[in-house]
Amino acid sequence: MTRQMTGAKMVVQALIDQGVDTVFGYPGGAVLPIYDEIFQQNHIKHILVRHEQGAVHAAEGYARSTGKPGVCLVTSGPGATNAVTGLTDALLDSIPIIVLTGQVPTFMIGSDAFQEADTVGITRPCTKHNWLVKDTDALAGVLHEAFHVATSGRPGPVLVDIPKDVQFAQGSYDAPKPSTSHYQPKVKGDMQEITELVAAIENAKRPLFYTGGGVINSGPGASQLLRELVGATGFPITSTLMGLGAYPASGDKWLGMLGMHGLYEANMAMHGCDLMINIGARFDDRITGLISEFSPKSTKAHIDIDPSSINKVIRIDIPIVGDVGHVLEDLLKVWKSRGRKTNSEAVGKWWGQIKEWQAVDCLKFKQQGKIIKPQYALSRLEALTKDHDRYITTEVGQHQMWAAQYLNFEDPNRWMTSGGLGTMGYGFPASIGAQMGHPESLVINVAGEASWLMNMQELGTAMQYNLPVKQFILNNERLGMVRQWQELLHGERYSSSWSESLPDFVKLAEAFGAKGIQCSDPDDLDDAIMEMINYDGPVVFDCLVEKHENCFPMIPSGKAHNEMLLGDAETQGVIDAKGSVMV
Amino acid sequence: MSALKLKKGDTAKSAYNLRPTFSDVIERHTLAVMVENEPGVLARVIGLFAGRGYNIESLTVAEVDHQGHLSRITIVTTGTPQVIEQIKAQLGRIVTVHEVHDLTVEGPSVERELAMFKVVGAGEKRVEALRLANIFRANVVDSTLETFVFEITGAPAKIDAFADLMRPLGLIDVARTGVAALSRGD
Repeated sequence: MTRQMTGAKMVVQALIDQGVDTVFGYPGGAVLPIYDEIFQQNHIKHILVRHEQGAVHAAEGYARSTGKPGVCLVTSGPGATNAVTGLTDALLDSIPIIVLTGQVPTFMIGSDAFQEADTVGITRPCTKHNWLVKDTDALAGVLHEAFHVATSGRPGPVLVDIPKDVQFAQGSYDAPKPSTSHYQPKVKGDMQEITELVAAIENAKRPLFYTGGGVINSGPGASQLLRELVGATGFPITSTLMGLGAYPASGDKWLGMLGMHGLYEANMAMHGCDLMINIGARFDDRITGLISEFSPKSTKAHIDIDPSSINKVIRIDIPIVGDVGHVLEDLLKVWKSRGRKTNSEAVGKWWGQIKEWQAVDCLKFKQQGKIIKPQYALSRLEALTKDHDRYITTEVGQHQMWAAQYLNFEDPNRWMTSGGLGTMGYGFPASIGAQMGHPESLVINVAGEASWLMNMQELGTAMQYNLPVKQFILNNERLGMVRQWQELLHGERYSSSWSESLPDFVKLAEAFGAKGIQCSDPDDLDDAIMEMINYDGPVVFDCLVEKHENCFPMIPSGKAHNEMLLGDAETQGVIDAKGSVMV
Repeated sequence: MSALKLKKGDTAKSAYNLRPTFSDVIERHTLAVMVENEPGVLARVIGLFAGRGYNIESLTVAEVDHQGHLSRITIVTTGTPQVIEQIKAQLGRIVTVHEVHDLTVEGPSVERELAMFKVVGAGEKRVEALRLANIFRANVVDSTLETFVFEITGAPAKIDAFADLMRPLGLIDVARTGVAALSRGD
């Protein structure tokens, strides 16, 4: 039924009709009519962040932990430009978010008006799609289509730019209908290719599943099918940073994360496998290392909903374009109908080899003395929180890699980290978004002190809405990953990787009305973590850790997976001139 | 993606995929891209080429279906087979792109370009310019006592050849439309 209403009211109505319950945003002149409508209703909760970047990351945390799209509302000009980092982050990690921006009135566009920016121009390369709506009658259709585009196919961020006069004007509103636009990505895989993959599975001697964020984006059903497939075939499985939790870390086929700071056994298996089955991963350079030496002996199958992912970096032998859930369902059906065959004798031998690699125990460390090792801090955090209904976010750097190594994820949507863009400052607002989606759960942001300071203003948001997010800061007073690279690559010249002036994090927390805890003694750590968990409210946990710890294992830039460095390796001069130009 | 009109041996299992290794040979391909005729669509296509470092040798765009609100962008690009496949897949990802056709691999096609040349001269050179224009079936669309403006259509190579001939005869200005192309037959 078509109804007449103002553009501003349409925005709120469309959000309600799309099932949105939470909007993260920050008001300003060009969105005041929409904020006025938000004020006059009770269906949608608006979370006032302290910076627009925080709004977008919070929406990402909400989206990744709930599986629903996240929504942001910000003003024109600086509101929109502050959202750019979050949009790019969501684009690289394929997170469905809808950002609504105010714009100067249509008759002022192009006049360099106050708080005018070419928002659709600026955000064109960092959104999946964007729209400038110049006609109130077109607004409802665009808003509904925005949800369709953000959540269909490979998910991603979209932006709708709404001039202020369009918000004030009356127009026709229609409730959402199934999209009839031409944008209808294909979800079913080609049966011929799927059958080819089944034949490869039947004959593989050294198979490996390599899974990524695509499994999680495909929904909980895809993770279930993956578990069934891994269980039934008995093949080993590794995952990218983005895919952790799709297969449980406690599963007996789990090799751990692979890649630059991945586990020894996972990287060695990737190097030595004869059949690689990539499910929803994209051969990021953090995974492949040196391309020419990447998994040199394997037949490569790749399941991806985005045709541009296939053959972009690595040449694929069995390409399957489709949604992970749909393809795995068909794959299992075909494999079962052909008699559930695998080359179990050869796969058994392969497991023998893998067990030898696992015996290296690449994550071992020694906690001795009175200084907390970051690995120890995370092991204790894992031990004391693993039985909780737990969601983890991270910032970016060494702590992020250690969190991926030492925390175990049993289910999808429990792990939120900036994988593709590597955005310092992501984790704190993302934890706020995750907590909004799961008010009763334990939400922990594993942070470094430098990353955390990038969006620490969101402590105000956490306090205002009483969101009991735990900020677990591994404080080494360094930009740890930068420092590590300077040690390995730049002759130990630590250029600007040391914060000479850090705040007192306990006092900082208290200044906002939150709880601050500092811990520097390994013997006190368990009690301090329990105090953090049991406190009903936001906590800033300042964990003083070893300042010069490096993150291992590490595949140095420009090297192959079987040239990985383990913890006690001699690290000087391992990266040659060619490797040092890579990031 | 449905927009890609995946054909066997085309993109789903791409042309270069059938080759023994990644080929380093630079190929020239003509792509026809059907897009929704809405503001910013050309910027999306051009931005994709600029942002990902692809080449554009020529690009033409105009609305071809007013009722269907569709424009046709014809792009001539160069790259290794892997890059060409990536370009097509990336174009197919743009939400307002309906179809991507690689006219170079999808079968025989015809390419035409229109150009205008301004040639200034007197005496024998002026006569020679007119004589060559006749041979190339170029039309004189404007004339003064010292200048001609020739209009010529043809494949890009023919236009290049005409330009080479006109240069010593007083060529002072050139305007070219870029390539428009269609597949042959049905």
